[in-house]
Amino acid sequence: MPKVERLTLAHLWVAFAAFFLAAILGVWQMWVRSPIPAPLATPHNYFLSLTAHGTTMAYVVTTFFAMGFGYFVAQTALARPLPAPGLAWVGFWLAILGVIMAVVPIALGDASVLYTFYPPLTASVWYYLGLVLVVVGSWLWAGLMIAAMTAWKRENPGRPVPLAMYATVANAILWLWTTVGVAAELLFQVIPAAMGWTQTIDTGLSRTLFSWTLHAIVYFWLIPAYIAFYTLLPQAAGGRLYSDTMGRLTFIFFLLYSLPVGLHHLFMDPEHSASFKFLQMLLTAFVTLPTLLTVFTITASLEIAGRLRGGRGLFGWIAALPWERPMVLATGLALVMLGFGGFGGIINMSYGMNAMVHNTSWVTAHFHLILGGSVVIMYFAIAYEIWPKLTGRMPMSVRPIRLQLWTWFIGMMVTTLPWHWLGILGQPRRVSTFNYSDPMVIGWSHYVLISLAGAVILLFSAALLIWNLATLYRGAATADRQVGYALAVHPPQRVPAALNGFGLWNALVLVLMAAAYGYPIGQFFLHDSPQALIHHVDLER
Amino acid sequence: MRNEQELLRTELRWAAFVLLGITILLVVIIGTGLAFSIHPPSHHEYIDPKTLHLSEEFTEANLGTRVAADGSVTTRIVATQFAFLPQCIAVPQNQRVTFRFATPDVIHGILIAHTNVNTMIMPGYVSQVSATFPKAGDTIMPCHEFCGLGHSEMWAVVRVVPPADWHPDAQGRVSCAKS
Repeated sequence: MPKVERLTLAHLWVAFAAFFLAAILGVWQMWVRSPIPAPLATPHNYFLSLTAHGTTMAYVVTTFFAMGFGYFVAQTALARPLPAPGLAWVGFWLAILGVIMAVVPIALGDASVLYTFYPPLTASVWYYLGLVLVVVGSWLWAGLMIAAMTAWKRENPGRPVPLAMYATVANAILWLWTTVGVAAELLFQVIPAAMGWTQTIDTGLSRTLFSWTLHAIVYFWLIPAYIAFYTLLPQAAGGRLYSDTMGRLTFIFFLLYSLPVGLHHLFMDPEHSASFKFLQMLLTAFVTLPTLLTVFTITASLEIAGRLRGGRGLFGWIAALPWERPMVLATGLALVMLGFGGFGGIINMSYGMNAMVHNTSWVTAHFHLILGGSVVIMYFAIAYEIWPKLTGRMPMSVRPIRLQLWTWFIGMMVTTLPWHWLGILGQPRRVSTFNYSDPMVIGWSHYVLISLAGAVILLFSAALLIWNLATLYRGAATADRQVGYALAVHPPQRVPAALNGFGLWNALVLVLMAAAYGYPIGQFFLHDSPQALIHHVDLER
Repeated sequence: MRNEQELLRTELRWAAFVLLGITILLVVIIGTGLAFSIHPPSHHEYIDPKTLHLSEEFTEANLGTRVAADGSVTTRIVATQFAFLPQCIAVPQNQRVTFRFATPDVIHGILIAHTNVNTMIMPGYVSQVSATFPKAGDTIMPCHEFCGLGHSEMWAVVRVVPPADWHPDAQGRVSCAKS
């Protein structure tokens, strides 16, 4: 047992340490973009920092968190030892090696291509190889999650897989599908170019392959937060989960609809016809379905808790909820950020409105509210929830934990609300400095300064997170090591085979992907699409 | 606590409500798209980036704004690390203008502030968008896609010229300098 606890803690510590370092870079970047002169502000440093921030937040923090939390769920929800824990450690060290291989060229300025790569720009090959190792480490994790569920089902024939584990395996399978796009781009296009084996690259193909990954990866980041909504929150609030079946359907919908929609990132691209953009827009609209179903189930579960605690009337149960508990507070704040981020996302995916906001600060605001807001605040809440189970020590005080959650929420709102407005005014993303003496730009300055203030609040909160986690080792010892996964109002005795496995859904994903991506990818092989010359950023120094 | 059937009914009612919401959303998007003929830039036209400077259309002498014999206005712009050619683009007020972009090197992108003009510019493709500018004056056209360390310097101006000042030369060309 202690070994698996070490495994989870190792993954989560890597995630949160990387998160803190990347948060420092984020504040500095905001400072560079502002009218206040920042130290070390050169384009070389800015794009180095931007690459490090994006790579860390999108690939390192999220992947390590999902892996660590997955191992924890597999052990606790299934109440059986993890199969082949040695392989889990191999995955961990592969991913660590990969992070080091990627970070060194970034720090040297040899990989300033941002985490989304943008070939024909080409970085040091070590950067890409490092990321491949991180993904390979996570594939081991995905295999172990599937193996753990399969073994449990063999030992418990006919019984429904606990929802937390069913959702974790949905995420593992989603991740395997998700990484196919970026893996193909890296292995067949980008790495041969970085090695010098090829001199040209089909950028239309590489962007299309990356788009395969780019939307589904967001749901890989998000699903641990949803697992907490369904299986940890109702218990923390003192209630029951409204519906176990709705939970299963939600995670199945995520698996189905987060993949065949990536082309909505390419609405403004010249290499795709309007028809496939339109088709994937239609499919994108259905990604809202699992989230809106979740909002209902979670609200209903909280209402049960509020009424059990004596809340009355139409809204009285809201006040009766135990908002002082980190998991409940974090969920409330996460849902507000998910609301703002989600509505922004619906505008992004609108076939006609995307042109107003594509590649502006609006989009930066959207995904910071989703990943930097709802997702990571639930990562914090999960950490606060499971840390005592892992270390056997109670928090000394819940007040700094609440302060950390509140400051993260306030900081994120203060940072991102002005970004939305700046995006509508036409402020582009991924630009290091603006000429604030330009009369067409000077009007942006006070909005940028408000965002900078928000970023400083975020940095305070990130530091407080590390302090809180460190002090969780110093609290009073507790014997309560049992994780309380929420019981459903009507716990399922049996569920249909389709809701207890993924065979049918994998077949459906294949069909949807063939329909949505078959021609958009195939066209680059059917037609003689033009090639672009490779541009090595690592040789330009 | 209510029985399982009742719970299921509340969930189905909510699901129907959500599906109705999604349908309305799609109807609005499709309806406005058709009514105002809004489509994302999907002009699928190849051009070899390696020989762009030799192409008839995107040679230096042919860049910028030109009024054709039939009165249509087209402006041709090359986006290259780290500048636009030309850096200032003159367009007429209240007339449809077609923009054609190409690049010889890496991925770029543009937006024109306060308009719906937005497109990626990919090596290998001509990106085509069109727009009408109702308000005279200058507006910005920054590069909005990371294209290298000089990306932030890649910043152009669109000058919307009122009809009184719009004077194409003998070849139909108009530049910022002359208007």
